[in-house]
Amino acid sequence: MNGLMRWQRPETAVWPGFGRLTDLREEIDRLFEEPLGDLVQSSQLMSGWTPALDMFEDKDNLYVRAELPGMKKEEIDVSLHEGMLSISGERKNEGKYEKAEVYRTERFVGRFQRTVTLPTPVAPDKVKAQYKDGILTITLPKTEEAKPKHIDVNVS
Amino acid sequence: MKTVQREARPATPEVAARKEFVTPEVNIFETGEGYVLEAEMPGVNKEGLEITLEGNEITIVGHRAPELMPGEPLFRESQPRDFRRVFELDPVIDTGRISAHVEQGVLTLTLPKSERVKPRKITVA
Repeated sequence: MNGLMRWQRPETAVWPGFGRLTDLREEIDRLFEEPLGDLVQSSQLMSGWTPALDMFEDKDNLYVRAELPGMKKEEIDVSLHEGMLSISGERKNEGKYEKAEVYRTERFVGRFQRTVTLPTPVAPDKVKAQYKDGILTITLPKTEEAKPKHIDVNVS
Repeated sequence: MKTVQREARPATPEVAARKEFVTPEVNIFETGEGYVLEAEMPGVNKEGLEITLEGNEITIVGHRAPELMPGEPLFRESQPRDFRRVFELDPVIDTGRISAHVEQGVLTLTLPKSERVKPRKITVA
């Protein structure tokens, strides 16, 4: 009998850095299941993190919205430069579960950056951002010149 | 394979065909105390969460908070669909003590192991 064997930590634990690679199979499975459009977003294996971005417009403002779940406000940077809006940041490995066995690590850790060209000029000093439920919403007021104007024309 | 929390039925064909749900990205860890599952569900808050236990399966559904469309969309990459994923539970989990918490669009599920199977220290008398 060999009841008290020399114990070794099982090799099943995935080294966190390789987490994304173990997802390769799933990623390939998804390839066959999803239309191409979805893949561009879901395939973060090669491209890193590309948070989904939306842009809206009304008479007075442009709105840019980004899905950034699980960030801290301080980790998000928003900057405006020559009509280009950049959203960047870094999600750090919190190290909370360093001693734990890791079964799945699909959540992205690391830096991301997205830049969009704004279709109209905005007033940089009036830009506001809000972060709620993992979604960042940036409100960019249009400059007076960029707002649509209503001109009354007298038709005689 | 070890009895981990396995993914059960990754989106049934009908569900996938209707494209009603998005599969959230998850992290799963196991400690001596139990399992921790984190799922990314941007736009989902406490009110939008629906977690159901049935037999040895746990289903996580996240409904996005009703969105206010601020004006006309110029372009859109986010998918206004809800999140859903099903997992098979390790039998050592004490299903009576599962707890959930959501913060900035990330759900954290804590799934403690029942006392019976927890690693225990034996003190030498």
